[in-house]
Amino acid sequence: MDILKKSFKKSIWVFHLSTAACNNCDIEVLELLTPRYDVERFGIKLVGSPRHADALLVCGSVNAHAKPRLLEVYRQTPKPCLVVAFGSCGCSSGIFRDSYSIVGPLDKVLKEEDPDVKIVYIPGCPPKPEAMIEGIVMGLGAI
Amino acid sequence: MSKEIMKDLKKKLGKKITDMAQPREKRIYIRVEPDKTPEVVEFLFLKYKCKFCTATGIDMREGIEIIYHLAREDKNMVINVKTLIPYSKLEIGSIGKKIKAFRWIEREINEMFGVKFIGHPDMRRLLLADSFPKGKYPLRKDFKHSDVTDEDYDYERSGI
Amino acid sequence: MKQTIIPLGPYHPLLEEPEHFKLYVEGERVVELDVEIGYNHRGIEKLSEGKTWDQVPYLVERICGICSTSHPMAYCLAVEDLVGCDIPKRAQLIRVVVCELERIHSHLLWVGLAGHFIGYNTVWMWAWKYRETILEICEKLTGNRNHYAMFKPGGVRRDFNKEQIDYGLERIVEMEKPIRLLTDAILDDPVIHKRLKGIGVLTKKEAVDYSALGPTSRGSGVPWDVRYDEPLDGFKDLKWKVIVQKDGDVFSKGVVRLLECFESISLIKQALVSLPEGGAIDADIREVPPGEGCGRYEAPRGEVFHYVRSDGSNMPYRHKVRAPTFNNLPTFKASCKGETIADVALITASIDPCYCCTERVAVVDKNNNEKILREKDLLKLSVDKTKSIMKKLGKTPPLYNMEI
Repeated sequence: MDILKKSFKKSIWVFHLSTAACNNCDIEVLELLTPRYDVERFGIKLVGSPRHADALLVCGSVNAHAKPRLLEVYRQTPKPCLVVAFGSCGCSSGIFRDSYSIVGPLDKVLKEEDPDVKIVYIPGCPPKPEAMIEGIVMGLGAI
Repeated sequence: MSKEIMKDLKKKLGKKITDMAQPREKRIYIRVEPDKTPEVVEFLFLKYKCKFCTATGIDMREGIEIIYHLAREDKNMVINVKTLIPYSKLEIGSIGKKIKAFRWIEREINEMFGVKFIGHPDMRRLLLADSFPKGKYPLRKDFKHSDVTDEDYDYERSGI
Repeated sequence: MKQTIIPLGPYHPLLEEPEHFKLYVEGERVVELDVEIGYNHRGIEKLSEGKTWDQVPYLVERICGICSTSHPMAYCLAVEDLVGCDIPKRAQLIRVVVCELERIHSHLLWVGLAGHFIGYNTVWMWAWKYRETILEICEKLTGNRNHYAMFKPGGVRRDFNKEQIDYGLERIVEMEKPIRLLTDAILDDPVIHKRLKGIGVLTKKEAVDYSALGPTSRGSGVPWDVRYDEPLDGFKDLKWKVIVQKDGDVFSKGVVRLLECFESISLIKQALVSLPEGGAIDADIREVPPGEGCGRYEAPRGEVFHYVRSDGSNMPYRHKVRAPTFNNLPTFKASCKGETIADVALITASIDPCYCCTERVAVVDKNNNEKILREKDLLKLSVDKTKSIMKKLGKTPPLYNMEI
């Protein structure tokens, strides 16, 4: 079993960060933890530090103020790690794409830092909680 | 009721007002000279029981127009104080010096339009990143989104 | 005494937007506080100048995911103020229904988060369970859980049909009982009383000085509510009252929010029942003449203010947006002073600032010796305080495991 498969075999822990989003996706991420959806039953757990995380959930079109912080968090995450781009903003910077303060989208920013980064895209504005769960599961399946 | 407020304001502010209009029942627009603006706004906030809503900067090509929006809640009225600052002399007295509520909006107008607020206690950037190039003002009409791209940001200054 | 600086943020493991706080502390007491924002700056005011009048509501909806009806609402009111048209009654009542649904889910969200911050995760899960039902009603009525895209200048985009109205009415009446249960449980709890009362007091004078808005001002005894002060025409026939509390502490702000949920439920009921049969839902604005207009509406967090100016073209010449948090955030300077570090997370949450950010806490003393406290340490301080209050009261800690 190669290291990639081994590292994602058990429960994945996720760290969530928002880089210039409208915080709707962020709320929906929290929604996943609450009784209706309760992703902790699948072993997906939100953790307080990127150093404990297997996956990063990134919501939002990346702006210039948040970009260095995003890269710092990405560097702190142990590799191999999965990056989940949440919502239209995470996938393509969405409606804010043309703005002067946006330097994203997310994949462009992360690929400059690490060309081998693994990104799962979950489009939607905001994606439904069911879609989020499915997206993460499909992402893991692809590995 | 709005007529009374108009009359009352005219009586109390007198010659400081150069123009006054009321396009809708609940909105009053007053025009004043830049050097009288802090005085008028402070009067409205401190003596006339107005609540601070916000201030708007507008690039009018010949200068920057600043509108202070104040609301008188018990009379259900929004009073807008307008002033035009010419490009040749982009400065105006600070209201935030005296009234705390105005401090943040003055910081925002400063970074977005380059208007200097004389006497403001804390004139750092508010919304723009520290790495944003100096001397560019995003909300002016001659600024385009494409004027600042990823390469123009100086990430050395972002404080990490 | 030696003064130390504690930076909080910008990334918080649980919550929404990033923001950065600097706390200046002497021992345990906070003496000064500085806020750095801008991690979420997206240049919306500039983007708005490149969109047509009808496209802007989609953009302003995405200013904030939780106030996603209040911003389009204020924008539409501003354009209508500019044009000077009358809105059909049915459209106004549909607007009221959507806005009040949003208010309930936003307030429940806050209650849950406040519970989480004091270590009562039961409150969090409980409040959010009910919030999910509200979102279900939203989905049925508007087609999406958030970002409803219901409003346009001059009216609303979609009408409610009979089935939707009946469904909404039935579910919202059902919700009253569980929310009453939650409210009573929270307001009767001696630990929550001890923990929240007298913390982070914002006096009436300070609230006026900073022009605080929404529940932050109403919790301090300033009865500002735009829905009441500048009502929509269709809103005038509905019966409700403004909730005001005098003390200005975190508890009062919580009480205001919880009691407002019932006012909102009552408003939705009245609006759905009195919805006139048929009729137009759109005033059909064809063009926007040169001029200017201001629109204000009470979002869950306070007054949203939009200003638009037109030069007669099909795009706004200038569109200014002022969200309530812009006025409420500086009040931390008044309410955090003299409080302990353990309470700061709670006080900053108490205004419900599309809240954010306590990933990394570093204590720096004057010699630049850095000691890093992570966010969970901060949360732990808060939880520990709750535990010690419980001990004093002779109560056993809740069954839920408070380990973080």
